[in-house]
Amino acid sequence: MGSYIPNTVDERLEMLKSLGLSSFDELYSVVPEAARVRELDLPDGLSEMETVAAVSRIAAKNKVFDSIFRGAGAYCHYIPSVVKAITSKEDFVTAYTPYQAEISQGVLQSIFEYQTQICELTGMDVSNASVYDGATAAAEAVLMNVDGRRKKKVVVSGAADPQVIKVIRTYCDSRNVEVTVVPVKDCATDTEALRSAVDRETATVYIQSPNYYGVLEDAEDIISASHEAGAKVAMGVNPISLGIMKTPGEYGADIACGEGQPLGLPLSFGGPYIGFMAAKKDMMRKLPGRIVGQTVDADGRRCFVLTLQAREQHIRREKASSNICSNEALCAMTVSVYLAAMGPEGLKKAAVCSASHAHYLAKELSKLDGFELVSGREFFDEFLMTCPVDPDKLNEKLAENGILGGLPIDGNILWCATEMNGKADIDRLVALVADIVKEAE
Amino acid sequence: MKLLFEISSSGRRQSLLPDCDVNEYKFDPSLLRSEAPRLPEISEVDLDRHYTELAGETFGVNSGFYPLGSCTMKYNPKVNEELASLRGFTGIHPLQPESTVKGSLEVMGRTQAMLCEITGMDKMTLQPAAGAHGEYTGLLLIRNYHRDRGELGRRTKIIVPESAHGTNPASAVMAGFTVVSVPSNAQGGVDLDALRAAVGDDTAGLMLTNPNTLGLFDPGILEITKIIHDAGGLCYYDGANLNAVMGHARPGDMGFDCVHVNLHKTFSTPHGGGGPGSGPVGCKSFLAKYLPSPEIVETADGYGFSEAENSMGKVRSFYGNFLVVVRAFAYMLTLGRQGIPEASENAVLNANYMMRKLAPAYKIAYDAQCMHEFVMDIGPLKDEVGVNAMDIAKRLLDFGIHPPTMYFPLIVHEALMIEPTETESKETLDRACEVLLEIFKEAKENPELLHSAPNDCSISRPDEVNAARNPVLKYIFE
Repeated sequence: MGSYIPNTVDERLEMLKSLGLSSFDELYSVVPEAARVRELDLPDGLSEMETVAAVSRIAAKNKVFDSIFRGAGAYCHYIPSVVKAITSKEDFVTAYTPYQAEISQGVLQSIFEYQTQICELTGMDVSNASVYDGATAAAEAVLMNVDGRRKKKVVVSGAADPQVIKVIRTYCDSRNVEVTVVPVKDCATDTEALRSAVDRETATVYIQSPNYYGVLEDAEDIISASHEAGAKVAMGVNPISLGIMKTPGEYGADIACGEGQPLGLPLSFGGPYIGFMAAKKDMMRKLPGRIVGQTVDADGRRCFVLTLQAREQHIRREKASSNICSNEALCAMTVSVYLAAMGPEGLKKAAVCSASHAHYLAKELSKLDGFELVSGREFFDEFLMTCPVDPDKLNEKLAENGILGGLPIDGNILWCATEMNGKADIDRLVALVADIVKEAE
Repeated sequence: MKLLFEISSSGRRQSLLPDCDVNEYKFDPSLLRSEAPRLPEISEVDLDRHYTELAGETFGVNSGFYPLGSCTMKYNPKVNEELASLRGFTGIHPLQPESTVKGSLEVMGRTQAMLCEITGMDKMTLQPAAGAHGEYTGLLLIRNYHRDRGELGRRTKIIVPESAHGTNPASAVMAGFTVVSVPSNAQGGVDLDALRAAVGDDTAGLMLTNPNTLGLFDPGILEITKIIHDAGGLCYYDGANLNAVMGHARPGDMGFDCVHVNLHKTFSTPHGGGGPGSGPVGCKSFLAKYLPSPEIVETADGYGFSEAENSMGKVRSFYGNFLVVVRAFAYMLTLGRQGIPEASENAVLNANYMMRKLAPAYKIAYDAQCMHEFVMDIGPLKDEVGVNAMDIAKRLLDFGIHPPTMYFPLIVHEALMIEPTETESKETLDRACEVLLEIFKEAKENPELLHSAPNDCSISRPDEVNAARNPVLKYIFE
């Protein structure tokens, strides 16, 4: 069996003896007999070599696709080698939350750098140190402006990622906050329906752009309508798109949030991911989660600390702005290294290539009979398209060729392309799709 | 140290992506941002050195002894990092067809089963991303239970001992409850009379850490859970201190109905400077129908997705912090039936060993045999020579030892909470005790040395008041 205990059996006995004890059992004498367990029904332990073999065998039961045309909340982008190399440094990996600032300047500074980059990306004034993922970021965002008295409703676009809507519902239900989901029209938020859903009791309106169907929302219109009714707006964004697209800040949103996974984190079957959250200055003290600030030490040197802790659970307990007491620090560093490696030009290239590949894919697919864009609206790197055959059958055939096709949604397919899907990749996909459809006829 | 933005030089590039090989798509200019984000422009070598410098200013478990109470900073085995990096795990899209993710589902299904066995629960979800997230999820199980019975309207109160971690009351409020605090008795356990007086038909449940935040196993545990059950409430076990009792006592046998565990504490996954963690939640079968969606269940051909009949919905996207689960899975496979209880009993041994060595000098807050951690009360020293818990913590930095948890639990005003974990050798413990005893002597002979500590770090004590009063939360570009 394996063990990571350095002390030998003799040393342990010697230590027990120094406590006046003769067996380990005596360490548990305070536990009532009815709560004792004598043996666990678990397999025998393994040596390291056996563990590696066992876990590797299990990993091999997964199918790794060479070519991925699926997004829907998790995106396959290129990850520079330097990202993994830097974030594998064991000091970063094995440190705890940086409570002791004097020996944690590395982690603290990296979070400060991350916060700056998120503000730059989103056009916002202040960012937190991150939360668990994009969905919990959205849920925390809509609750920021709920006050339990006058503002007790939130309005959510039905064109947002369904998983995000589910998490928002969970977080709001338990706080007795009413959630209204606005219907979808032509793959986007029904703006008229949104206008009538937002009223004086609405704390926050949540929209996502590009939305679940890849479509760019008419954000300006939605935000001004929400503000007229006195509601704040939280806008979910795909951070890669912000390499070129108009920012939530420029649209006038009060809060920007989203899933940070596209910025350097592998797909990893859904996690660890990272939720980013940034806001306009007036919302600063309502932001949940860790925040790092700049200050000076006793000798006047610049340094960084966890700050604005009066919002947080370890000080405020039941009056805290959230129960969150961690962030996704190593993922935040991953995002930060990714953005620094890419630089403004590299990020722009990733955004332009993703959008260009997606539009090329849409154009090529729509040359085939029965493949039509469901909406004529502008999209970024994902789009919903009709499919003349059963989408699952189509995907099965594609899978045999090492391709993960788009996500089936009600008989249609949500396709995605990024900088990873080059022209040859797309041409091969389209040729295969044409063959599969022909075969099915 | 310079910031990324201060080593940026306009025009510096890394050659990472090929040029676009299709016609560049042109968006309408009204959809585009007016200015590029001011991201740093840095060569690869300078980027790498920047973080090497930051790593040098970061103290990890690999750097030295890390007896941070309540955080279980045990060693993070390297093999688990390697296994979590397998492309068969990292390269998997979360929305792939079920038949192509059988490996991931097996890791999750078997991890759930092992965690159920260790905690004495019937079902487990791996969706919560951290301990506090697990608390929230567990409380939603309790909420759904009372709602189903038509009692949610009146069962509005969650009882939390005053020694509890701050996340407990905060989670209870997020889950829609109000908080009732109960005091501790003279032995550091829950005051049973106060508990009896606090329960009633408005009791939704209890949140408890056992061993508690003083590092003491509450001998009244069976009575405590019975009092709650008799009042119609449910019992939630905060697994922060599970590392003390694995294979020796199980929350399920103590009378708890649901639990969360911290994979990043008890199951050796690294903390990453504050995350990603993972906070799986387990429950008895009568609560399983409320678990988050989707569930991972055993099927004829391995493991697959399923939906609980009355699911609470989702608390996070997809299935949780999967790669963290891979690490914990590998850890449990390695330790197995014998190694898991052995880890706990050695954690308890190491803590008692240190406590006995320190007790002649330092006041132990509740002087009884402890579990995996213990709390020292610096109050008497403060009264005598004006040295407080913070001073001792900062002085430890000069000796290359990470300070214990300070000022927690709140019921001990000058608390230092020490948790050595099982992965430290006797020599490491002996040396840490020597240092702490030396510091105790210094406190009496030369208190100024402690007030000015640390003296050997790259910065001295930061001005936290200034940071909060005049918040600078991002780099100010010139």
